[in-house]
Amino acid sequence: MAKSFKEALESGKFVITAEVGPPKGVDIEEMKHHIELLKDKVDGLNVTDNQSSVMRISTLPVCRLIQEAGGEPILQMTCRDKNRIALQAELLGAYILGIKNVLCLTGDYVTVGDHVDAKPVFDLDSVLLLKAISGLEQGKDFAGNELKGSPAFCKGAIVTPEANPIEPQLIKFEKKIKAGAEFIQTQAIYDLDNFKKFMKYARKFDVKIMAGIVLLVSAGMARYMNANVPGIFVPKDLIDEMAGAEKGKALEKGIEIAGRMIKTLKDEKICDGVHIMAIGKEGKVPDILAAAGLI
Amino acid sequence: MIVADRKPFDDIKAMLEGFEKILIVGCGECVSVCMVGGEKEVEILASQLRMAAGKEGKKIEIGEITLERQCDREYLELLKDRINNYDVVVSMACGAGVQFLAEMYDHKIVLPATNTRFIGVTEGEGVWAERCRACSDCVLAETGGICPVTICAKGLLNGPCGGTNDGKCEVDKNKDCAWTLIYNRLDKLGRLDSIREIFPAKRYSVQTRPGRRIHEAFKEKE
Repeated sequence: MAKSFKEALESGKFVITAEVGPPKGVDIEEMKHHIELLKDKVDGLNVTDNQSSVMRISTLPVCRLIQEAGGEPILQMTCRDKNRIALQAELLGAYILGIKNVLCLTGDYVTVGDHVDAKPVFDLDSVLLLKAISGLEQGKDFAGNELKGSPAFCKGAIVTPEANPIEPQLIKFEKKIKAGAEFIQTQAIYDLDNFKKFMKYARKFDVKIMAGIVLLVSAGMARYMNANVPGIFVPKDLIDEMAGAEKGKALEKGIEIAGRMIKTLKDEKICDGVHIMAIGKEGKVPDILAAAGLI
Repeated sequence: MIVADRKPFDDIKAMLEGFEKILIVGCGECVSVCMVGGEKEVEILASQLRMAAGKEGKKIEIGEITLERQCDREYLELLKDRINNYDVVVSMACGAGVQFLAEMYDHKIVLPATNTRFIGVTEGEGVWAERCRACSDCVLAETGGICPVTICAKGLLNGPCGGTNDGKCEVDKNKDCAWTLIYNRLDKLGRLDSIREIFPAKRYSVQTRPGRRIHEAFKEKE
């Protein structure tokens, strides 16, 4: 993509990002294939940071690969594995490589992943990480020391519009904006009415909102997420629609639903863009974009 | 108080393999209240060890004593005359007591019979729960008397993570989300403003480890 992610955000166009999950191990052929497939179809590619606390290739080198391939990487950074020294050092390192988009997350707890005995760090939280980045941009590290040359990032964070209770989530959302967040990706949303309510509130703030779109692959997946994934709610009519798909066509139905949702979000100008998470089905992102009429 | 668990018997038995004269030292404070290392538990452990030795046809001699507490030298001193009659000392105190005992009698092998867990409260009969991480930088004034450092699995200071679900924690669905508790308490008190501002990062520099505190009146003496 010719434009940087920041330029895309500021242009006012409906922004589209997707996700690249680094593999566990050094065989990166499949990941490279996904990068190649997606890089020119989206405005940014998020690289997950040891997603779900499962140890994998780290984010920064994968961001670099995306950049070398001509794509626009978004570095995901969690507070789980690094203290404030390591986080800042990584940010400076990212900047000198030309990686300027950062998405700040708290990170899942270590016990949900595959190294349950690891020491959880959480020295900073997502709000404080944003604040640390804003500080670096102003030429000071988190302890107030002068930097020799300061970076400039496009900073993002997360919100969960379906969180229950929602109020503490919104207080934190406002803190993230105060700390410098320029864009906010949401946790997966399926209930557009509830999302519209959230957007009515979010529009009061000077921040770009990108709706999280997680590709449904079966009715069972939707039910599983409702029961087990915090902050995700798939309404019954969508579960029924998935369940009613012809045998062997559930994935296509999921693509159709995702495409339809994206089209509605864009056409009705509900939010500023979408972040597509096709967990394990990254190859299907172009089909989702086609279903949304975007390519 | 300090809450501990007793180590599994097999672990204690393995630690004591080869020792014949064993002194078990209980502690009358916290570990006595949480029914892990008081007089009664000393008795139980001694019986278990005797029975196990008897079964294996081994000869052992076990001494039992429970001190007022093991975190004060004046009480530990009471072991002075007895301790040399034994090859090994098993302390049933918390980790602090075990270490203080070992420090005072550094010619003796001192082994722990407990796993020290946390600083907590008695929630109900036989139920104890952690309430303080001893972080040296208390935030309870801002958080409605509920400690996010302790109650939030991630120790987050600026609100809930995305893992919060129906007021519960992503780490354990049976545990409350600290930030839901904090929000509800502050809402009830009309003090939500105290969490609207960005809370500064924790100052780990004040947590000098190991911690040490000298009362003003005793500073010169030190």
